[in-house]
Amino acid sequence: MGMTVVEKILARATGQAQVRVGDVVEPAVDLAMSHENAALVINQFQEIFEGTGLEPTVWDPSKIAIIFDHRVPAESSKTATNQKRIRDFVAAQGISKFHDVRADQGGICHQILPEYGYVRPGYVVVGTDSHTTSHGAVGAFAFGLGATEMAAVWALGKVLNVEVPATIKVVANGSFGQWVSPKDLILYLIGKISAEGANFRVLEYHGSAIRNMPVSGRLTVSNMSMEAGATAGIIPADEETELYLRREAGVTDDLDVVQPDADAVYEQVVEIDVAELGPQIAKPHTVDNVCGVGEVEGLKVQQIVIGSCTNGRLDDLEIAARLLRGKTVAKGTRMLVFPASWKIYKQALRSGVLADLADAGAVIMNSGCGCCLGVHQGALGDGEVALATTNRNFKGRMGNPKGEVYLCSPATAAASAVTGVITDPRKVGA
Amino acid sequence: MSAIRGCAWTFGRDVDTDQIIAARYLNMKTAEELACHLMEDCDAEFPQKVKAGDIMVARENFGCGSSREHAPIAIKGAGVPVVIAKSFARIFYRNAFNTGLPILVAPEAVDGISEGDELEVDLETGSIRNLTTGKDYQAEALPPFMRELVAAGGLLPYLKKSTSER
Repeated sequence: MGMTVVEKILARATGQAQVRVGDVVEPAVDLAMSHENAALVINQFQEIFEGTGLEPTVWDPSKIAIIFDHRVPAESSKTATNQKRIRDFVAAQGISKFHDVRADQGGICHQILPEYGYVRPGYVVVGTDSHTTSHGAVGAFAFGLGATEMAAVWALGKVLNVEVPATIKVVANGSFGQWVSPKDLILYLIGKISAEGANFRVLEYHGSAIRNMPVSGRLTVSNMSMEAGATAGIIPADEETELYLRREAGVTDDLDVVQPDADAVYEQVVEIDVAELGPQIAKPHTVDNVCGVGEVEGLKVQQIVIGSCTNGRLDDLEIAARLLRGKTVAKGTRMLVFPASWKIYKQALRSGVLADLADAGAVIMNSGCGCCLGVHQGALGDGEVALATTNRNFKGRMGNPKGEVYLCSPATAAASAVTGVITDPRKVGA
Repeated sequence: MSAIRGCAWTFGRDVDTDQIIAARYLNMKTAEELACHLMEDCDAEFPQKVKAGDIMVARENFGCGSSREHAPIAIKGAGVPVVIAKSFARIFYRNAFNTGLPILVAPEAVDGISEGDELEVDLETGSIRNLTTGKDYQAEALPPFMRELVAAGGLLPYLKKSTSER
């Protein structure tokens, strides 16, 4: 019987010829990622060894990545002290994949991992962040877990008790219409299958719309697969993946381009023709509360957010600049831009994209996650509405339970920044 | 393990981790501190209303969203001995067992429980009795590894035990 991508990766990671859905396995981990919550992982990790007489030593410091992105630079002495503790631990354990608050290496973890070639096709990647699903974009099996489970990974180098998940095949064919993007595709899919439609399952993406999509867009799709509850969102690696890893990340090693077998067994197949898609909006307060932009057009927006791990890559910022160049952000609306990494920040700085956005009135922020989850800048006032390219619109998400967050693509966000109300980008863009 | 008795607090579907514990409290250290803000964005009075021993009952996809372990820790910190739901989001499901919070998947029981009902829950067998209505329900059996985690009190004590036995 043929295997899906996740089955093949788990078979390799457990040294078996075959695994099947429901098997319980303990896969070896190729990369273990944490951000500032590494402070919690360190506590739990040290606790495992306490009283055993053994020195707390991580299984392989070259396979651990720690990236500061949630509260950068530190917003409080508490955070600063946590970050200091992590730096000390990183130094003591010899963890080399560490990205501090620096413009020559910093950024959001889900951008840094592919950008530096830390994630590869066929890898088992775990992260103390639910959007670790992002790394399925390069053909890895990447999933989120909690701090205690990560402490066990740091100690053992494997994940305990992993049930081989069933796979849902998503086939997206066709070409996107103008100002319609991978973000609209993934929002549409989440709306279609619901916030728990892929719970305990893997989404595996196929079709011409995926094959023609750059890794940038694939990262958006895999990132938000989490919002359908998916354990992982895997895009089988192809020439585009290889090109990205070689050119962008400078990877020179052989790549294990894992493909599903032709007779792989899928629990369900979902087909989408992207040519029929218009811009999508996820309304408060669940990500599966999705509608076409027309349904909410005209709603007044106080804060536009473009960026984050979901949509803060160079092409996202360029789309925004194309729509805003020579125009201004509407009065009564503020616009915040969070590039996904400092590499992207500097590319957009040098190409003039950031100057165009700033000339239009947008505020260019540090590369980071803080605004999206409401812990670091960009909070909403009572009764305010945000339109954001981020990935969650839960109640309280942008720092205020009395605020509302609508999710959309960079084009819809930029078009709406000009008008100050939710706007179909196809009506603004030339 | 003896049976647990407690009153039910009921919640809808898709109760996300940000509702269970908002991100602005993630810098707090202890379970007790976190418990002071449990479900605050869903019901600002909840931290005052919930009493130790009360049982949380929810519909589908409880705990969806973030990987924050603070969510099950805050629930445990409030003295809630078990959460019963129609289904749990995967990361929360694992985090709950890892941090020593027992949870039960019991769709029929959830349909038969109203807020304030008194429940008797046997974690060993998964039997749930609604003492208010007199009806009995059976939760889905826990996978073997999760049973071991419940018995050990979470992943850390489980690992400490297996590390010292090595």
